[in-house]
Amino acid sequence: MITLENVKKIYPDGTEAVKGISFEVIDGNLCVLLGPSGCGKTTTMKMINRLIPITKGGIYIDDKDTKEMDENELRRNIGYAIQEIGLFPHMTVRENIATVPTLKDWDKERKEKRAEELLTLMGMDPDEFMEKYPTELSGGQKQRVGVARSLGADPPIMLMDEPFGAIDPITRDRLQDEFINIQEEIQKTIVFVTHDINEAIKMGDKVALMKDGELIQYSTPAELLAAPKSRFVRDFVGSDRTLKSLRLMKVEDAMKKSPRAVRKDDDLSEVTSIMAEEDLTYLMVVEDGRRLKGWVNRQDIEDESGVVADVMSEDTGSAELGTSLAEGLTVMLERDVANLPVVDEHGILQGIVTFNDLQSLIGETYTERGGKHPEVTQ
Amino acid sequence: MRRRIVLITLLGIFIGVTVWITQMDTLRYMHPKTYGDLARQTWNHIKMVGIAELLAIGVGVPLGVLVTRPGLKRFATPVIGTANVGQTIPSLAVVAIMAPILGYRFESAIIALFIYSLLPVLRNSFTGINDIDPAIIESAKGMGMSRLQIATKIELPLALPVIMAGIRTSTVICVGTATLAVLIGGEGLGKIILAGLYTQIPLLILQGAAPTAALAVILDTLLGGFESWMTPRGLKKS
Repeated sequence: MITLENVKKIYPDGTEAVKGISFEVIDGNLCVLLGPSGCGKTTTMKMINRLIPITKGGIYIDDKDTKEMDENELRRNIGYAIQEIGLFPHMTVRENIATVPTLKDWDKERKEKRAEELLTLMGMDPDEFMEKYPTELSGGQKQRVGVARSLGADPPIMLMDEPFGAIDPITRDRLQDEFINIQEEIQKTIVFVTHDINEAIKMGDKVALMKDGELIQYSTPAELLAAPKSRFVRDFVGSDRTLKSLRLMKVEDAMKKSPRAVRKDDDLSEVTSIMAEEDLTYLMVVEDGRRLKGWVNRQDIEDESGVVADVMSEDTGSAELGTSLAEGLTVMLERDVANLPVVDEHGILQGIVTFNDLQSLIGETYTERGGKHPEVTQ
Repeated sequence: MRRRIVLITLLGIFIGVTVWITQMDTLRYMHPKTYGDLARQTWNHIKMVGIAELLAIGVGVPLGVLVTRPGLKRFATPVIGTANVGQTIPSLAVVAIMAPILGYRFESAIIALFIYSLLPVLRNSFTGINDIDPAIIESAKGMGMSRLQIATKIELPLALPVIMAGIRTSTVICVGTATLAVLIGGEGLGKIILAGLYTQIPLLILQGAAPTAALAVILDTLLGGFESWMTPRGLKKS
């Protein structure tokens, strides 16, 4: 756990870069320091590994005051990755990754093994890349090696300063996704600096929004979008925060579970009565094991007789579990339907998202007050 | 490759000319210098350049590195500026001014050459370290390298090729300037050139000038080879 207690940075010329901020990052969480340039986010990050000395207040790692630690020892136990990467050009990928292990006097085999492990984790083939030099790598590969190097000696804590900032949007997106997966596996405590609200929402367990050296709001990304504390926060997250929050939520957050469904060979009169009974305008059609096959509409079965298979629409849009609500909404708009079935990876019907549910959900997140707003101690 | 062909051709011409003149019976009213004379003066020349250059390295590299250190950076401009003055003044003037100050002696020649050789070494040592991408130093620091480790494992290896290039430039210039140093008590191939000038025998001038040029080409090639041998593979432009 990283604890910042009333941390201040005042430069000799009197500039207050960081004006006394306090927050906690719990183990295994990724905390994003977000804000416009010059807000003090990078300064705050660099005070954690003492690259910038703290003027007042204290930073504690697992309740130990960082001021009392040897600064090199402290830094060797905190991974450090920056936008400019800063790979050592005269060293191979292997030697770069083994930087901190070398400082810690690991033996050769252990360093070798670790470098291989990390390259594999980053999705790079060790045989191909171990002996390459940084100049022989593409931008995205350099960035990956940079992250691998910061993980070199398996530090429990990582500081990352816009680590995906300097690459093209497509590669950046992919690296972000990869890193989210990696983080799920390695569970590091991470402080991540960015000025990109989308990146913050995507990556962060918690977001610390800063402005002019002050901590404005410290909350989960969803809360930041739903309940901005001030005009500045609202402006910073942007007028499309509704869409942003849809991107953050999954279809399973909004779906009705185990909806009523009928089978292909069910009689239509039976279907009509279920619809009337439950006041539904549609019903999903499933086969054995609740595999989604299609759906029937109330209008289509009026004055019809026979079985479901005669009138059902087979071609139905659906969303898999884990899809974001933004994507789900896109499917609904594209197919002009008000109901979206949710299936698991085997196509088994899991639930239904309706347009009305979506609307009320968005409304709810906006009117929700007094919920679990995290305490921001200033 | 093309550069190598040019160098070998040049070297062939210079050595060929030297041999051709030395083989002659007479140059107008006197004998040409013998191979023994040439060898002696070439050795003297190398000695002079070598001593001056070692002094320039001994002073230039540490001084250049020193003024990149955070506390001493404010001295960078004055130090390099001063060395710059030495280089801006024409070489003949630098050499000439040493005579009245230190007298007509071998040592005066060495000191003049040292002053003239210092700048390229000093400047390249400074820029070699100063121009390292700050992100590299920051990440080294951020990963917990001590200042000494950063200096020895990161800064020096990265600056080494640049420092070597400075030494190479400085040496080649020094070989040429050393011919002037005979005016104030130096030894070397300049003596032969000077004799040629006094006696107004062009071939005698050439007998001193051609081996000097050959020496410059050889040293340049040798140091160039050394430079690329010392350059870490990751820094080489493929």
